[in-house]
Amino acid sequence: MARWTPERWRKLRVKTGFSIYYVIFLVFIYGPMFAMFVLSFQGRRGGTSFPMRGYSLYWWNKLLEPSTVGDMQGAMGRSIILALMVMVITAFFSTMLAMAFRKSFWFSNVLFYTILTGLMVPGVLLSLGMAILLRQLGLPPAWYSSGLAVHVIWALPFGYLVMMAVFNRFDSRLEEAARDMGANEWTVFKEITLPLITPGVVAAGLFGFTLSYDEFARTTLLSGAENTLPLDINSSMTQRIRPTLFALGTASTIFSLMMISVFLGIYTILYRRSR
Amino acid sequence: MSDVTKTHHTGLIGSQPKPIDALGQAKIAHTEEGFPTIWLITPATIWLILFLVIPLVSIIVFSFWENTREGLSPAFSFEFYGEYFYTEGFFDPEADRFLRPSVYIRTLGSTVYFTLLTMLLCLIVGYPIAYFLAMQVQAFKWQLALFLLCMVPFWTSYLIRAVAWLPMLGRRGLINQALLGMGIVDKPVSFLFYSEFGYTLALVQIYVVLGIGPIFFSLAKIDKAILEAALDMGATPFQIFREIIGPMSLPGVAIGMIFIFVMIMGEFATAVVVYGGKTSTAGTVILNYYGIANYPFAAVNALMLMLAMVIGIIIILRVVDIRKEL
Repeated sequence: MARWTPERWRKLRVKTGFSIYYVIFLVFIYGPMFAMFVLSFQGRRGGTSFPMRGYSLYWWNKLLEPSTVGDMQGAMGRSIILALMVMVITAFFSTMLAMAFRKSFWFSNVLFYTILTGLMVPGVLLSLGMAILLRQLGLPPAWYSSGLAVHVIWALPFGYLVMMAVFNRFDSRLEEAARDMGANEWTVFKEITLPLITPGVVAAGLFGFTLSYDEFARTTLLSGAENTLPLDINSSMTQRIRPTLFALGTASTIFSLMMISVFLGIYTILYRRSR
Repeated sequence: MSDVTKTHHTGLIGSQPKPIDALGQAKIAHTEEGFPTIWLITPATIWLILFLVIPLVSIIVFSFWENTREGLSPAFSFEFYGEYFYTEGFFDPEADRFLRPSVYIRTLGSTVYFTLLTMLLCLIVGYPIAYFLAMQVQAFKWQLALFLLCMVPFWTSYLIRAVAWLPMLGRRGLINQALLGMGIVDKPVSFLFYSEFGYTLALVQIYVVLGIGPIFFSLAKIDKAILEAALDMGATPFQIFREIIGPMSLPGVAIGMIFIFVMIMGEFATAVVVYGGKTSTAGTVILNYYGIANYPFAAVNALMLMLAMVIGIIIILRVVDIRKEL
């Protein structure tokens, strides 16, 4: 058995210290969300802070009445549709771009920095530029057109960086072997490349979906007459804050967590299969 | 001799070309492999030009236009730049506004101040977490699981995370109740929420994960053998950190800080939620002027924010040359 030398004791103490700090950190980033979750089950006569005055589903039921927090169900539906569109476009664009970047082409540097600009530009700036431009052109903004346009700009750099990392570790000899055996480009892509990169495409899609689903700044000026969910949450905050808002926040967070688990599940299965 | 004859033998399909030709052909074939670049990049490039480049350029253009009764009209006017920088009495030693920056510049200044403060706090809070994950957790499986646990909030709504601070920091929030219960204060303190304190706390909680990711990746890349070698040669843990771990994690720190910097500079939602309507950030000023349809002035504010951000990013890149370090 190993001796308990002073050095081992010191290491154990350091590790314990860091572990405790990690747990405190988790409480810091999850604690407020958990408190919100508990408070959404506040009794009828309770308020937005502790103590709980009994437990009820009163505030959750209020969510389903259309009048309380605007058109919450419609907003959530629109947010999901928008997120799905952004997911598909981001997955396609990032895969195609990363494939193009495997070879050098003459303005690859400019394109690279333009893609990353989408990550650096604050949402309010892009929103403003688009909104004034549309106004001058006399085009109406809408969540499924101008909203979609800027959401893709925001999600694309994340998906693109994921796919670049995927192709960095990609073994091109597999494709060359297939070509040598006479496969055409489509066959090579379908049979060799795609199965190997699918986990990455799923990860790029996850970024597309979640970043769009939660996006607020880029939608503020561009969603048109109909709200997305983050806009709905924001407008219900400008009124008196009630536990309904906590129920809405909890519902939205649970949905996000569900999506993340689905994506991570698919990712794990595909990753195992691709090896 | 036999090699030469071999390369010139006649096979089933036909005679093989000479070795040099084969090499040349292989090179040509290589550049033609895969789908044509033009088809791969065209859709995304068009999207980027239409919805990123043109809107940004139009902000610059609109900042010189004029407001007329019919709406915006093309012009080359510095009117709104003047309004941004100049305040009445700036050059008048008698006035109490003598040499005092305009309210817009001060708002931008306070935005920069909060951003830098939050960056510093995120670094202090986040670095030990990244260090713990990369250096103290041994099994890769656990490393990944604990790292993902930190990253999950990034994929949830930051608006909701800001709202979630209300039950903690509000007048009747948990912290006030605890302070009252322990007899530290005898009436609820209000500096927790709707205050600089609450704003900074919420910003750190929301954005710290953006710093942890890049720092974790750069720490994980450090070869453990180097650390062992340093230990064997009698280096103290502090020396190891100062000489090896610290410098080698700098690129990750820089990337994380750039992330946090660009996110908080354009931030306005958290300020509205946590701070109430009491304060303004560069972002809220832009939205306010858009709201009252003063588009050129909103554009000028947006450009100045952009300028401050570009300067900030350049400074961070000056301190750490990411491309050299990678």
